[in-house]
Amino acid sequence: MSSHPEAPAHESAHNTHHAHSHGHEAAHGSFKSYMTGFILSVILTAIPFWLVMNNVIDSKAATASIIMILGAVQVVVHMIYFLHMNAKSEGGWTMLALIFTIIIVVIAMAGSLWVMHHLNANMMPMSPEMMKNMP
Amino acid sequence: METAMSSSNNLTDFIFGRLSWNALPFHEPILVVTFIAVALGGIAVVGALTYFRLWGYLWKEWFTSVDHKKIGIMYVVLALVMLMRGFADAVMMRTQQAIAFGANEGYLPPHHYDQVFTAHGVIMIFFMAMPFVTGIMNYVVPLQIGARDVSFPFLNNFSFWMTTAGAVIIMMSLFIGEFARTGWLAYPPLSGADYSPGVGVDYYIWGLQVAGVGTTLSGINLIATIVKMRAPGMTMMKMPVFTWTSLCTNVLIVATFPILTATLVLLTLDRYVGTHFFTNDLGGNPMMYVNLIWIWGHPEVYILILPAFGIFSEVVASFTGKRLFGYASMVYATVVITILSYLVWLHHFFTMGSGASVNAFFGITTMIISIPTGAKMFNWLFTMYRGRIRYEPPMLWTIGFMLTFVIGGMTGVMLAVPPADFVLHNSLFLIAHFHNVIIGGVVFGLLAGVNYWFPKAFGYKLDPFWGKMSFWFWQIGFWFAFAPLYVLGLMGVTRRVNHFEDASLQIWFVIAAFGAFLIALGIASFVIQLIVSFLKRDQLRDTTGDPWDARTLEWSTSSPPPDYNFAFTPVVHDHDSWYDMKRRGYVRPLEGFKPIHMPKNTGTGVILSGLSVALAFGLIWYMWWLAALSFLGIIVVAIAHTFNYKRDFYIPVETVTTTENARTKQLAEQA
Repeated sequence: MSSHPEAPAHESAHNTHHAHSHGHEAAHGSFKSYMTGFILSVILTAIPFWLVMNNVIDSKAATASIIMILGAVQVVVHMIYFLHMNAKSEGGWTMLALIFTIIIVVIAMAGSLWVMHHLNANMMPMSPEMMKNMP
Repeated sequence: METAMSSSNNLTDFIFGRLSWNALPFHEPILVVTFIAVALGGIAVVGALTYFRLWGYLWKEWFTSVDHKKIGIMYVVLALVMLMRGFADAVMMRTQQAIAFGANEGYLPPHHYDQVFTAHGVIMIFFMAMPFVTGIMNYVVPLQIGARDVSFPFLNNFSFWMTTAGAVIIMMSLFIGEFARTGWLAYPPLSGADYSPGVGVDYYIWGLQVAGVGTTLSGINLIATIVKMRAPGMTMMKMPVFTWTSLCTNVLIVATFPILTATLVLLTLDRYVGTHFFTNDLGGNPMMYVNLIWIWGHPEVYILILPAFGIFSEVVASFTGKRLFGYASMVYATVVITILSYLVWLHHFFTMGSGASVNAFFGITTMIISIPTGAKMFNWLFTMYRGRIRYEPPMLWTIGFMLTFVIGGMTGVMLAVPPADFVLHNSLFLIAHFHNVIIGGVVFGLLAGVNYWFPKAFGYKLDPFWGKMSFWFWQIGFWFAFAPLYVLGLMGVTRRVNHFEDASLQIWFVIAAFGAFLIALGIASFVIQLIVSFLKRDQLRDTTGDPWDARTLEWSTSSPPPDYNFAFTPVVHDHDSWYDMKRRGYVRPLEGFKPIHMPKNTGTGVILSGLSVALAFGLIWYMWWLAALSFLGIIVVAIAHTFNYKRDFYIPVETVTTTENARTKQLAEQA
């Protein structure tokens, strides 16, 4: 009982009304799944290090994009193996939260890139020639 | 000899960092007088608490409490204390601007005036409005959904104390060192190390970071509570509207506060370790700070206003004796506002030079957001239409809100037009606009909420006469204080100015100062209302638990509710569940009580927050040893707390039976 002391009211509600189901049935993961997640994470971290330390690809932009992609893949690995997320856990609430998070992150990042691109183009330090041509 | 001197200097530097006697404001007569007043007041309070032997009671029953009701009340007390501080700043600014014309320099020199307006903004948003909103959500939400506490009761206590720690850090800057002179969002490069080398901005950063921990955690806590702990039968579309707006607000908190935290971390790195995220040189870009801070900052204003909308929805339904008009549209409007509030942030910096396409996009999204807000306004009007309206103070605040807020909303749409914004940006018109929506919306809403739920929290109603006095002083005072600022703004007067040359402007500032005086009377009336109601509590006593004939579950239990809120978890069939229960002739169960499992009080939250204040103080004044020690302390206490297995207990069935029987008797007596 005292292993979940943070949800007392919840549990007594559960005791009183046996109908009230709650989220403890969400998977806690096995040793194997944790190891899979760990090894995948190590690989996904090691590749970027290798790419940067050994200058494997000439183009800096290509290296940076590959690192970003591997980072995104690692986020997914963490979510599946460490946070035990799937479409059904917690009655779909984690999925909903994930979708909301993605929307917010996309809005914030895409918006910032768009806004900052314009600000950079319009407002960042100009050469004296450009200044002369300003209205 | 010289080496001995310098080694003792090194030691002093090591112990005190940047702190020296010069940091104490002996040369500022205003601050010295304030300090003496605060010190005397503090001594009086401490003395009274000691004399009446209340320390043990406060510690055991309040400071360490994990009861959401007590934590909610403590949040509101914190907010009211900070309201006094923030309002004192406002009065200082209004007085300065009313007299500082031509040869008269006023009484606040620029470096002091700049601290005052920064402190006013920071305190009013972060330490008045935020704790007030969180406090009311904390108190009301678990009761409205038929729960016995929040999901994570200890976390709740910890969140409260972190918010308080932030407030303490900001308040310390008044007497030790100085506060930021940058405006409430601390834009770089002004807030960078080059232009603000003192401790002011560091006080700002660490005060907000510490309080931010509390805000974020309390957001997570309330989301989990609303999602997981609703009474059986309460589907999402049967939740009370206040619970809905609280859910959306907390989703916004969890989604946006990390952006504030990250932005402030980048600024901190610029200031402390010499990075160049937001500097003028070496690739830094201050415009990125403005962009990021407003991605947090715009949702923040909806974080404040959405719960106020929820309060008005509850009040309108209760005081017209009708079901809320358009419940579903109210919910959808709230959700749409939640999403849209993320798509408008650039309207805070139209003038920074993004160009036509970007400005047009954000201008249009901003105008669109007024549509769901307008829908809400019509829902309230249609609820009132042909209702039996009772003009008690909560309803007065609601009507005052509707009249005031609509005008604030219209000036907001004016500011959303980019070409108009190029004229109005950073003018007093903007100041008038956002005070119009924050005072007319958030503050009026919170005061309506206090008047509405006070009998639930304390078992007696607030005195209506002084409530009406408070309302009218605030309402009239508001227009005296801010209508002149609209006029001045249209004439081109900018914000944050402490001295004017053009004598023809003075009359408007004098009128505004008079408005601030009326608002002061409104606040005084509110304090008198609290005192008078306490003295007359026997006449104002609420024995029914439902003094307003209201409609949601919090009114089904006693006033004040027992520690466990509900002896039996209620079962919900309709969205006005208490009204539905009353209509169907609900009978309170009188027997069959069971022991109730509850969380135990703990002092860990207080200790962690105290250590956080020490950590922040060390970081602000470069006392690295203090920072390191207190950080270590935080880690140790947090880990030690996880080994505390004595976290819960059972309220024995005898206690539950006694409490419930007392209520049965009370209900029988008045029937």
